Amino acid sequence: MRTIQVETITEQIKEMCIEANHFLSKDMECAMRNAAKTERSPLGRKILEQLGENLTIAGEDMIPICQDTGMAVIFMEIGQEVHFEGGSLEEAIHEGVRRGYTEGFLRKSVVKDPLIRENTKDNTPAIIHYQITEGDQVKITVAPKGFGSENMSRIFMLKPAQGIEGVKEAILTAVRDAGPNACPPMVVGVGIGGTFEKCAFLAKKALTREIGSHSEIPYVKEMEEELLEKINRLGIGPGGLGGTTTALAVNINTYPTHIAGLPVAVNMCCHVNRHAVRVI
Amino acid sequence: MEKRITAPISKEVAKELHAGDYVYITGTVYTARDAAHKRMSEALEKGEDLPFDIRNQIIYYMGPSPAREGRPIGSAGPTTASRMDKYAPTLLDLGLGGMLGKGKRTKEVIDAVVRNTSVYFAAVGGAGALLSKCIKKAEVIAYEDLGAEAIRKLEVENLPAIVVVDSEGNNLYETAILEYQNL
Repeated sequence: MRTIQVETITEQIKEMCIEANHFLSKDMECAMRNAAKTERSPLGRKILEQLGENLTIAGEDMIPICQDTGMAVIFMEIGQEVHFEGGSLEEAIHEGVRRGYTEGFLRKSVVKDPLIRENTKDNTPAIIHYQITEGDQVKITVAPKGFGSENMSRIFMLKPAQGIEGVKEAILTAVRDAGPNACPPMVVGVGIGGTFEKCAFLAKKALTREIGSHSEIPYVKEMEEELLEKINRLGIGPGGLGGTTTALAVNINTYPTHIAGLPVAVNMCCHVNRHAVRVI
Repeated sequence: MEKRITAPISKEVAKELHAGDYVYITGTVYTARDAAHKRMSEALEKGEDLPFDIRNQIIYYMGPSPAREGRPIGSAGPTTASRMDKYAPTLLDLGLGGMLGKGKRTKEVIDAVVRNTSVYFAAVGGAGALLSKCIKKAEVIAYEDLGAEAIRKLEVENLPAIVVVDSEGNNLYETAILEYQNL
């Protein structure tokens, strides 16, 4: 058994909220800067260059990359040999978000009730996904999610007979409908299979995967490549103002499902696809 | 075409702007997003005045992150305009000069832009750090309790934007993508 004080988790999460909102991961930043070289629309290139400059300013002057510093989505992969001490783990996570968003000058974008809509003023609560893994380590992923793109996400409960073509069409429909609203170039996270909520979780998790990496399942990898090409031929382009860079990646996760179903979730993310990862 | 304009903007200025123009905006603009629009709409329903004279003004759909010490504002990029579609036609009919945001608008909004010789600009979504550098002064003038959603009066200098919907009803989001489809 390994003992971890929950205060450590609070401190890590605080730092990660601030880090994720000011610095993109290397793979995301590279993909953005490369796109500025390959985009065929002059206006599209100009927008991508501005976005590159935006990243530079964000890091140097500590101004969040985007004013929508998101709702904090946190994946906790906890080794089964870990024992937490010093209080509630759940409260420690929320406290990390509270401190990160307050001390880091991040926008507080969370309302306490979806209909009464009173701001909680500290960006809590976070959305927490726990997973128990083997070993004695804890892997924390903090992925602040902006809602311009979140609002354009979709779930399709397809019929098994619609098959792979139906899945591809659903993904393209979601991207086409999202258009400029999702702040392209986007990253498209897809979940196929499971149940209604499982496929949404798979899609969300897919957004944290490294740009340029692919599924280990050969037909899924092919689908990722084919869809990226097709999406970039929709013409939407940077900012939705026309161009050949509409998405930087299509990441697909799959899971076993029921004989009667074929759920597909498409979680849109803008080019500010943020995630900080630490293993403790 | 690149143009420099000064806000607020008259109908004469709006008329000369065309979908696809790349403009640099200098002058005064006001921020308002979901919650502020809801309150403005409620004020109008009760027959009350709006918190500022909207005639010829540009409303920037934006809720900034908090400013660090010594800076006028934090990250300050555009939010999705379609959430304000429900309220925009009324404001345009009352003389609003233009809107600055990102993303698609409904036919009702586009019709109101044409009817009132107004304009809808897009700024680059997700470029909040870059755009904050164009904001020289920010002051909350109404609905302070809404925090990031309060109405702010901004002094901007050369804020880059693109004309998406012009006073003739041309819509860049529809036309620009055709050029790059199936390349």
